[in-house]
Amino acid sequence: MLELTQDERAIASGTAGEGAAMAMRIVAEAARLMGAPRLIPIVSAHIDGALYHGDSGTLFAERLVAGGARVSVRASLNVGSLAPAGCAAIRLPPHERDMARRMMHAYEAMGCEPSWTCAPYQAGHRPAQGSDVAWGESNAVVFCNSVLGARTNRYGDFLDIACAISGRAPDYGLHRPENRVATLLIDVGGLSRELRSSDVFYPVLGTILGRRAGSDVAVIDGLRGCTTEDRLKALGAAAASAGGVGLFHVAGVTPEAPDAAAALGGIVPRETIVLRPNDIATALARLSTAGATDRIDAIAIGSPHLSLAEIDELERLMAGRKLRIPLYANTGRHVVGPLEAQGRRAALEAAGVVFVVDTCIVVTPILPELEGAVLMTNSGKFAHYAPGNTGYAVTYGSLSECVESAVAGRLVRETRAWS
Amino acid sequence: MELKAELLLPGDAVTGSCLALTAPISFWGGVDPASGTIIDARHPERGQNIAGRILALPGTIGSSSASAVLLELVRAGKAPAALLMDAPDAILLLGLVVAREMGWPTPPAFRLPAADQKALADRNVTISDEGRISIV
Repeated sequence: MLELTQDERAIASGTAGEGAAMAMRIVAEAARLMGAPRLIPIVSAHIDGALYHGDSGTLFAERLVAGGARVSVRASLNVGSLAPAGCAAIRLPPHERDMARRMMHAYEAMGCEPSWTCAPYQAGHRPAQGSDVAWGESNAVVFCNSVLGARTNRYGDFLDIACAISGRAPDYGLHRPENRVATLLIDVGGLSRELRSSDVFYPVLGTILGRRAGSDVAVIDGLRGCTTEDRLKALGAAAASAGGVGLFHVAGVTPEAPDAAAALGGIVPRETIVLRPNDIATALARLSTAGATDRIDAIAIGSPHLSLAEIDELERLMAGRKLRIPLYANTGRHVVGPLEAQGRRAALEAAGVVFVVDTCIVVTPILPELEGAVLMTNSGKFAHYAPGNTGYAVTYGSLSECVESAVAGRLVRETRAWS
Repeated sequence: MELKAELLLPGDAVTGSCLALTAPISFWGGVDPASGTIIDARHPERGQNIAGRILALPGTIGSSSASAVLLELVRAGKAPAALLMDAPDAILLLGLVVAREMGWPTPPAFRLPAADQKALADRNVTISDEGRISIV
């Protein structure tokens, strides 16, 4: 049974203004729904609510602004529907464009940082291990919990800003240490080290994790020495789009998992899954929807938003060659800023890279409307959402295959052992 | 047959045809916010429309923007007539909480185990404001 403090009840009844009251009531109602006994203070928020899905979200944000609401903790912003810092043309009709702009302004007016990225953790927003935060955007949530060891539930649109304004979150779920213990063990140690050390493996593993774990916490064993931050980012993003994953551990890698036994809290897992090559093949096949075709109309990378390290790799693979198929590089200001300063952005654009900044190709209409179009991607999250959101069928491949295909103007596959 | 579902968010009693999904769904990327049509290419109920249906959800997955899609469906008059959820999902239900704060008429939400949802598939169903479910 939820109990609010006297202070919280006063704010909910309007003593700090109608905006703060609405935020506190929303947090309290979420707490009641989830069976939380109390609200707890948070140190930061990441806000996914500033993406335009229809006029209702704009009206809600403007209602908060009109009520005098301000965020009371550090609050970064996830992608929006427009690209004030980007170069890709966005095909939003005038009314939608206007409402999206109003929405972005409303969130900035409440004191949120104009970070406009789904990888805030690579744009300087890295809460300390063990701290309670309220983050939205499923990939950011899973990264924050798993890789940083900060504590958040998957806060959806509206609850994220409500938590940021009230400075509080419902005390339930992944805020509580007992719910952060893994109950599922996934053993990948039987797969080749070459596969485990390749970027292209991680979205596939994430898809398996999402489908097998659902919203349970899993520990993955067998990746010690194989991961990078960007691989963990890709793993979490794929897991959070294929399932309800909010936290995973990697034995010997992530902060709450010195080893598998510690992540499991010393308890026998309810299930142990030993991944075999045929599991990998099944998950790999699921990432593509285009079937046997070598047609490719566009290539998209950067879901989650590309890091500088990923841009370095893109440049290295392009090796000065021109692209015949447009390659949409989705990233944030924290990356294009330095690229511009170093004179690298213009060179990449001249070669055929289209930078999508502050937003991405699956959340707002950027890709041209084409009959039977195919999108190639190295992102598990793009592979998951592109068919529904863009109408493009998907061919999944490695970054290297994406670049070679872009150069050749048709699908290029590399020989690779998926075992 | 009568079932009792636990009330999550209040609303008026409803009667309507039940769309019982056979797989979990992500509203964002899975449901068109303007029409209520299921657009997830990999979902077994793809092409069906949730507007005005009593929507039984065996599970919810994916994006944290599900609440925004549900709020937009409410405002557009394309929301389900009621939600039956295997487990309460703070992300999705927030769409209804905010709709109520905005003063818009909101459908009720109830908790009903996935195993009980199956019996309601494509049946005409009445749900009282307290969560008593009967097949008409």
